[in-house]
Amino acid sequence: MIRIDENGFYGKFGGAFIPEMLYPNIEELRENYLPIINSEEFQVEFRHLLKDYVGRPTPLFLAERLSEKYKAKIYLKREDLCHTGAHKVNNTVGQIILAKKLGKKRIIAETGAGQHGVATATVCALMGMDCTVYMGAVDMERQKPNVERMRILGAKVVPATSGSQTLKDATNEAMRQWINNPVDTHYIIGSVVGPHPYPEMVAKFQSVISEEIKAQLLEKEGRENPDMVIACVGGGSNAAGAFYHYYNEPSVRLIAVEAAGLGIFSGKSAATTSLGKLGILHGSRTLLMQTEDGQVVEPHSISAGLDYPGIGPVHAHLFDTGRGEFVAVEDEDAMVAGIELSRLEGIIPAIESAHAFSALNQLSYNPSDIIVINLSGRGDKDLETYIKWGNY
Amino acid sequence: MNRIDELFKKKSENILSIYFTAGFPSLEDTLPIMKAIEAAGADIIEVGVPYSDPIADGPTIQESNLVALNNGMSLRKLFDQLADMRKEVNLPVILMGYLNPVVQFGVEKFCQKCQEVGVDGLILPDLPMSQYLTEYKEIFDRYELRNTFLISPQTSEKRIREIDSHTDGFIYMVSSASITGAKAALSAEQLAYFERVRLMGLKNPRLIGFGISDNATFKTAASYSHGAIIGSAFINVLKSAEDQEKAVIEYIQGVINN
Ligand SMILES: Cc1ncc(COP(=O)(O)O)c(C=O)c1O
Repeated sequence: MIRIDENGFYGKFGGAFIPEMLYPNIEELRENYLPIINSEEFQVEFRHLLKDYVGRPTPLFLAERLSEKYKAKIYLKREDLCHTGAHKVNNTVGQIILAKKLGKKRIIAETGAGQHGVATATVCALMGMDCTVYMGAVDMERQKPNVERMRILGAKVVPATSGSQTLKDATNEAMRQWINNPVDTHYIIGSVVGPHPYPEMVAKFQSVISEEIKAQLLEKEGRENPDMVIACVGGGSNAAGAFYHYYNEPSVRLIAVEAAGLGIFSGKSAATTSLGKLGILHGSRTLLMQTEDGQVVEPHSISAGLDYPGIGPVHAHLFDTGRGEFVAVEDEDAMVAGIELSRLEGIIPAIESAHAFSALNQLSYNPSDIIVINLSGRGDKDLETYIKWGNY
Repeated sequence: MNRIDELFKKKSENILSIYFTAGFPSLEDTLPIMKAIEAAGADIIEVGVPYSDPIADGPTIQESNLVALNNGMSLRKLFDQLADMRKEVNLPVILMGYLNPVVQFGVEKFCQKCQEVGVDGLILPDLPMSQYLTEYKEIFDRYELRNTFLISPQTSEKRIREIDSHTDGFIYMVSSASITGAKAALSAEQLAYFERVRLMGLKNPRLIGFGISDNATFKTAASYSHGAIIGSAFINVLKSAEDQEKAVIEYIQGVINN
């Protein structure tokens, strides 16, 4: 059974390892998030925005040419068709409504690739909330179009100039700013990471993905459960959403795909379950890439969204218990898979999502198996990377 | 007797605790800086264990952490440097750092090492009270290490009392809703918070830290508590010092006196 205990632990992973200065913020959330998000009023607004603003339900598409090539029945969960181009917006819609109900006036967020930053800036514009997004200075350079998208949407983008100036540093900076602004500000974390209750809360908002998969598969196949669900894992929010309603369905294989970068043991990788040890980052105890001295190691992936040195505690638990199967895909193989999907199905995936497709090459299954791949985002933001790579 | 307990038994006002990051500005500065702090007349030494992701720290201490790590500082190295410190340093010594390096070192082994070299207490900002009580307290106690919790202006009275009941050293009052960093002056709002906590009649002594930088802020903070802690401002002194020992002594005496 995958469940979270009252202190926010999935098995030995999770918890809230935060400075006391954040305790009141976290406590306020912990006490209020379930009553609020379970309320009828919240659900009506959330469902309405998911439907009419985000464009849900997203299709579950039978990819026939891909199925033929990989000899299984492969469905794509089309999160790439969400407003703003990725699953990230499911979470930001949920959290912005929550923030409003908590009486917050300002929103802060971290972003790596800029997808979560854009999804946050978007809902802040929608709700008329003040929005500041922290982004590593290096990532701001790498992901210029998303920086400008956020600015067009009215958000302030602040460079994180500490450490390695990427996602983990942007997260550090957002946490620091939350310490500095404890009363009127809500921090919208972008994945199933951070102190309890964030990992579970974000997973709940993303769980609409597997809720829809169940209904859509039932309609198309007469059964709710596929044989396998595949999703990429950076922090793990799209995977948590795609797995959520299958955690306790043992017949469904849950495949989590990490970024191996230039090779798991190349020193340029983000394959946390292969390289990580138990550690504490951003408020939760989880698997973490770190040196022998407990300093956090800078990861590498060609996809900025998978470029994170930890994974959400629920995924560490899936790994630890064997409930999840973890696969690592290298940069080059992800790019090839991205082009393959473009050619076979006419869909250019985000490079994060391309990792999930490449995993098909490493898995064994039966021709009669039904496989759902969570297509977490579209490739528009990655055009420059595709062009630079050039092999198409 | 634990040196922290001893200090508070002897002295109950104008206590000055000085924080610096081990391995900053140079790797081997740790012990010379400690000796200078003691010679200058401060009361407690807080040795910062550098970490790659110090989420409660502002730019000054972030930078000192980064420099120290690039210099090659680690817990192993630090314990080597501190191995003979009790031949030369008599003040209470507290290690302050984030939890992850401690967990990697091994909590039990870390505490054992602390006791061996003569460390008296710990400040681990990201170790929450609940986890401390269930997983760490018993080990800390066995090695006679005093654990210090932080409180902030947002900490509820109930929570402050809970923290007080689980503390036997001192309480670290973070002066404002803020990460570390030197500030110019203390606001009326901050003074009201100091006064509110002062009137609570806690069993533990209170030291005020974050944003304390000079004689004026030290004296003001100390008038509402048992003393204060200086970090970022001291790091800035180290950063620009030509003669380190002289600069440390001049700065600290300037804070205490006048
Ligand atoms: C399209 C897409 N997929 C996946 C991710 C990785 O995040 P997570 O693991 O939280 O789903 C990102 C992050 O930016 C993304 O943009």
